[in-house]
Amino acid sequence: MGAGHGHHLHFHGHSRVHHLPAHVKLVTLLTFVVAVVLTPRTAYWAYGVHLLLVLVAQRASRVPFGYFAKRMVVETPFVVFALLVPFVATGPTVSVGPLDLSRPGLESAWALLAKGTLGVMASLVVATTTEPRHVVAGLEKLRLPNLLVQIMGFMVRYLEVVTGELARMRIARESRGFRARSFRAWPSLASTAGALFIRSYERGERVHLAMLARGYQGQLPVTHPLTATPAQWRVAGAIPGIAVLTLLAAVAL
Amino acid sequence: MHVPDGFLDAPTSVGTAVVAVAAVGVALRGARRELDDRTAPLAGLVALFVFATQMINFPIAAGTSGHLLGGALAAVLVGPFTATLAITVVLIVQAILMADGGITALGTNITLMGVVGVWVGWGVFTLVRAVLPKRTAMVVPAAALGALVSVPTAALGFSVLFALGGNADVPFSTVATAMVGVHVVIGIGEALITALAVASIVLTRPDLVHGAKPLLAQRELTIRTAVSA
Repeated sequence: MGAGHGHHLHFHGHSRVHHLPAHVKLVTLLTFVVAVVLTPRTAYWAYGVHLLLVLVAQRASRVPFGYFAKRMVVETPFVVFALLVPFVATGPTVSVGPLDLSRPGLESAWALLAKGTLGVMASLVVATTTEPRHVVAGLEKLRLPNLLVQIMGFMVRYLEVVTGELARMRIARESRGFRARSFRAWPSLASTAGALFIRSYERGERVHLAMLARGYQGQLPVTHPLTATPAQWRVAGAIPGIAVLTLLAAVAL
Repeated sequence: MHVPDGFLDAPTSVGTAVVAVAAVGVALRGARRELDDRTAPLAGLVALFVFATQMINFPIAAGTSGHLLGGALAAVLVGPFTATLAITVVLIVQAILMADGGITALGTNITLMGVVGVWVGWGVFTLVRAVLPKRTAMVVPAAALGALVSVPTAALGFSVLFALGGNADVPFSTVATAMVGVHVVIGIGEALITALAVASIVLTRPDLVHGAKPLLAQRELTIRTAVSA
């Protein structure tokens, strides 16, 4: 559903946000988003505070705002879903111009949009400032099962290789006059996917043999263990800290 | 189909996260049985294959296009355990590195696409395969039906979760009708692409198609005498 996924999301930089260890950023992200999700939908001011917090983190990352904003299109399908809610929800209605909209539906749509958008923005701050391999190391530090970490490590490591292979296959098709314009293109595109599977699987087998030749016994060595200083925890923790305080205030009021 | 943050309430998100953790635990064990120490590199490359094929745009009409979801395709190609792991890893990477799908909705997304999408696809595939004649070419229609059923079933799963813990008062029948309706159409496209892709692989490397293994094992060796020119 929706557009394809670009994979060059990381924006090279040397800001404070870039230099935070990945596991610190992941814990920060999760805590912040949980606080946002639990905030009562009618506490509008609290959402203002959350938005301010994300924007502070975004500006601190010194990633151009335009680059950041363009990546928010991933949210589109569910924005459409949220915008339809006031039309189909039950409950008392209000007239907005010529339309009769459900009042609880409007409140729900607002909450869905606000929470979803803040979640996407917060994830984007992490995604634009963290290299994929550091995310894998961060998840390992956070005790994700080792096999899952290894699978993700291989996926991230060969990402450019396999997407490059796909790009070469596209260039090869197009240099033979192929244009994907209608259903008639589907068999060619599907056999591209088939060829990609065979090549990926065979690459997996070769990688495995190469690893065995280097003494692989089911575990990958950790060469650069991630560490975080208390100061880094304090800097990163300020944002979810304020978000949690906002949540508590919103619940109490 | 990636559920963002805040769409489902906290108990539902936690509930689906528990389901997802349990399912991934079972899949880790199952995949190790299928692939032993080859699991990490092969499942990693299969995850990457799923991720990359989602970038191939299939033109539909009037400039619109769609892409493959790949749950049923992965299940047929590498088996359901490895497919669950591959889809799970793809979803984690998409949530953290592409902001696609909420981080608190990760359990929901893994349950819907990595568990329901994969296992319904695999279940339908094995049922159809059991009914059809025992030939490797029959993997293709079985895979198509698996894909056709798995996509709307996952959408139905979402509708049920939305009725249980959706943050909006929309009647279940409205959500289910719309979601399943749209995803039946998506499922037809998914079935066609899955069939075409599986057909091209079965033709060249039937030994790589996990779902064709029992059929390949039944094949008898035939020795044909070649006529030299």
